[in-house]
Amino acid sequence: MVNPFPAVRSALEQLSSVVWLLIDTVVEMGDRVTRGRFPFRLAHFFDQTDRTGVGSIPLVALVSFFIGLTMALLTGYQLRPFGQENLVPQLVAVAFTRELGPLMTGIMVAARIGAAYTAELGTMTVAEEVEAIEAMGLGPLRYLVSPRLLAVFLLMPCLVVVSDVTAMAGAALISRWAFDTPFRVFAEAAMDSLLIRDIVAGTVKSFLFGLIIGLVSCYRGLTVRGGAAGVGAATTSSVVTAITTVIGFDTLCNVVLVSVFDQ
Amino acid sequence: MSAGAAPIVELRDVHLAFGEKEILTGVNLCVAEKARLVVLGQSGSGKSTLLRLLLGILRPTSGGVFFKGRDIAKMSRRRLDRIRQKIGMVYQYSALISSLNVRDNLALPLEELTEKSRADIDQAVDEKLEMVGMSDVRDKMPSELSGGMRKRIGLARGIIMEPELILYDEPSAGLDPVIKTVIDELIVSLSEKTNATSIIVTHEMDSAFRTATRMAMLYRGTIIAEGAPESFKNSSDPVVAQFIAGETEGPILEQAATS
Repeated sequence: MVNPFPAVRSALEQLSSVVWLLIDTVVEMGDRVTRGRFPFRLAHFFDQTDRTGVGSIPLVALVSFFIGLTMALLTGYQLRPFGQENLVPQLVAVAFTRELGPLMTGIMVAARIGAAYTAELGTMTVAEEVEAIEAMGLGPLRYLVSPRLLAVFLLMPCLVVVSDVTAMAGAALISRWAFDTPFRVFAEAAMDSLLIRDIVAGTVKSFLFGLIIGLVSCYRGLTVRGGAAGVGAATTSSVVTAITTVIGFDTLCNVVLVSVFDQ
Repeated sequence: MSAGAAPIVELRDVHLAFGEKEILTGVNLCVAEKARLVVLGQSGSGKSTLLRLLLGILRPTSGGVFFKGRDIAKMSRRRLDRIRQKIGMVYQYSALISSLNVRDNLALPLEELTEKSRADIDQAVDEKLEMVGMSDVRDKMPSELSGGMRKRIGLARGIIMEPELILYDEPSAGLDPVIKTVIDELIVSLSEKTNATSIIVTHEMDSAFRTATRMAMLYRGTIIAEGAPESFKNSSDPVVAQFIAGETEGPILEQAATS
């Protein structure tokens, strides 16, 4: 039988390393602030927000639009024999704001941006560029990690809003065509069904997923060993780890939210 | 170390191990101010590791690594970052930031760590590029430069903060003989112009003798010989003699085979 303990131990060690990466990054940024300087270059931060946020909009919008459309179509056909196709707007609105919006966006951002962060930092690590930044006393976590981490952390909720809106647009479009639901009726039903609790839960999750994706991808990039093959392996591992962790935390959040609010 | 000169760098009984593998087993070394110490040793003997200990990137398992009397191994990261500003490092493969052009590579530490104006920074960059004879590549990206040019830009970046100590990791490795001599002469002229102390790690004997004012040999985790370059040429130590002559007969390969 396979001994699970080394794998569990390795996972716990990596988890603690990721937490320390966050702590060290915050400390390096704090040191910089206490010296009266801005913690990172604003130009770097805006470059990253442009890549992470603006650059991800087409992918997130398109995928969410198709998922919203498909979800409305399939659930509508299932509900139609019971005369309940008018429930489609509520179903799509609640599912996306609370669950699918953050989750699908998390998966897409992990694949698109997490991979890019890991490959970029991994290549820099292999070429000793990260060590050179450290040797100059610049603080590689502050200089390299903080703009990336903040960009993905702050832009995730914005992308989730894009995902929610485009998914509902897709659902409204198909409901109009397949079930003769007017756009105005769809919009009113969707708005009526939304609860502040669902929107807050979705927003909190999206911040959390952004943090997870940023930390995992930067950690994997900074710990690359073994040249080009190492960068490739780390990038794959980063995407797999980030997606798995996002889904895991999503489940955990749901369990907590349901047990707290839906009793 | 020459008599009377204060050591700028001192390693006291430095041990370093990665897990079970011992890399350094009690290194003792003093480097006088303004000296150019060449550290010789086989590939994988721990020479580059010594430089990383001096930068505080690695911490010794035991022993002390002193820069101007202060133990780097026991410093907080914040103090270490301040010390690192006084140490320039020139990497074997240059380690220039690939996303920045030559000007920005050189300007980076000045912009991040000093309050200098853009005009002053540009002036410092131009001055250092002129010192290494590379004024015409200011706006080029590292990928557009040859290996020798990248080395020289790496040298210019190493001295941009006007450090008191410059560390060179295999500065002439992988270069053609002419460019190798150019780099060696540049190391000597930079050390004379800047009055900085230099520690040069290499296993290339011609470069070593061209640049060194002092030499040390790292073998099996410890310094087995230290002295003036002439004393190395006439060394009676069989390991040093074999290494300098580059012979296959001798204790180096015999001990490697038995260990």
